[in-house]
Formats: sequence, C-alpha cells, structure tokens
Amino acid sequence: MSLPTQVFTITRADLVAYAEASGDHNPIHQDETVARSVGLPGVIAHGMYTMALAARAVSTWFPGAEVVSFGCKFTNPVVVPAEGGVDIEVAGEPKPGEDGLTTVALTVTCGGQKVLGMPKAVVRA
Amino acid sequence: MPVDQSLVGREFPPTSPYTVSEDKVRAFVAATGGEYAGGPVPATFPIVLAFDAMNAFLEAESIDLFRIVHGEQKFHYERPVVPGDELTATLTVASLRQIGGNDIIGTASQITDAGGALVCTTTATLVHRAGEEGA
Repeated sequence: MSLPTQVFTITRADLVAYAEASGDHNPIHQDETVARSVGLPGVIAHGMYTMALAARAVSTWFPGAEVVSFGCKFTNPVVVPAEGGVDIEVAGEPKPGEDGLTTVALTVTCGGQKVLGMPKAVVRA
Repeated sequence: MPVDQSLVGREFPPTSPYTVSEDKVRAFVAATGGEYAGGPVPATFPIVLAFDAMNAFLEAESIDLFRIVHGEQKFHYERPVVPGDELTATLTVASLRQIGGNDIIGTASQITDAGGALVCTTTATLVHRAGEEGA
C-alpha cells in the first residue's frame, strides 16, 4: 500500500533561509553566475534541502517515529527559478520488517524526473 | 588540480563542540517549510555538524566549496538527537577517485556526544567539479 504523495515547493528565499540555518553557504545555491561557471544549469537547491523535504514527508507519514537510518544519492539537480518556485513530489512505499522496523522506499521527483537516487528511510514505527 | 590521493584514510581533527538548541532546530525546520514542535531533531539535521567538518577539510586541502556538488548522503543513528546534545563531528576521508576530470571524494563523519558516545554516523560523496577552465 502506497503512502499519500506529498508535494512541496522550493523558492530561492527558502534556499537563503536554509543556507543560514544549515551553514551551507555554497554560492551554487544562490548565484546563477557561479552555478553556471561549474557547469550547472542554474541555481540549484541544496541536495540536503530536497533530502530534508523527503524526511519531512516520512515524519508526516510516521508521526513521532524514530528514524534509524536515512540515505539517498543526488542524481539530478533541482533548478530553482529566480521567480516563483519549483515543486517536489515525495511518494513512499512502506515495507514492515523485523524488530518493529519499517523500510520506506521513497520516490522523489521534480517535473516527473527523479532527483534522488534510491532514497530510503528506516523507521521504528 | 586533482585532490591528493594520500588523503585516503586520513582523519581530520574533531569540530568544536556544537550545542543543539531549540532555536537552531526551529530555524532549520522553518527553512524547509515545517514547524518544529519539540522533541528529536529532523533526520537530516546532523548535516550541520557534518558540513562544519567538511568545510574544515576543504579549507585544509584548499578545495573551493563552489566546486563541490553533493553526490550522496547517508545517516545512521545510534539514538535520536535532541536539543541539549553537545555534539562533535570527526571526518575521515574514506575514498578518492577521479572520473571525467572530477574528483569523487567519499567521507565518513562520526558524530559523538559530550560523553564521547557515538550518536550518528554520516557518510557523504562529494563531487569536486573541475569546471570550464579545467582547473
């Protein structure tokens, strides 16, 4: 049984707030010129920002559950436009296992394209 | 300039102790559009410590942060992190390879509490992009 898909919007202002809160001031998340200079298509969201949204989805599906492990690859950049925002969809498939642990296989997409590789959370729920 | 291969296996000095406060957690949660209601921190919050450790590593090796793109991140928890925890991260360079002019750097950071107990291990793959000028 799939969990209800959740949608989040990322704006440039969010990236500024996240840089401050996380300490990650890499300019590729703020400055179009720097991002393009290293071959990126534009300002991209912190991979950890998208991962944090995936974590939010897990904590909404499993309120109060302890997260035992959480990991993903960053396979495609999430380009955030200067105006407006970009939507991220998080879908999840839970698999109850032994010892009260549930593995949640996530699918995280932007415009229909997967942006995280093998995102997976293990929760005690 | 490729990253020095002799770095593999090297452990960098622990970061300065970082005290997890409700204010810091609230700001982190708010930045990702949520609202912090107290209790354990979000699963990705320890990146704050891992990032601090990574910055020290990049500075020590004269690697530009803007050339770094995140390839992979994993967290494995021994216990939940809660406000009041005083945490320190110790980064080890686990692997290093070159692909298409980019350095692929594997790191592992052990996050320990004030008593020295392991709280969380987090591993990262960092892609050091050579850029257009092929530096």
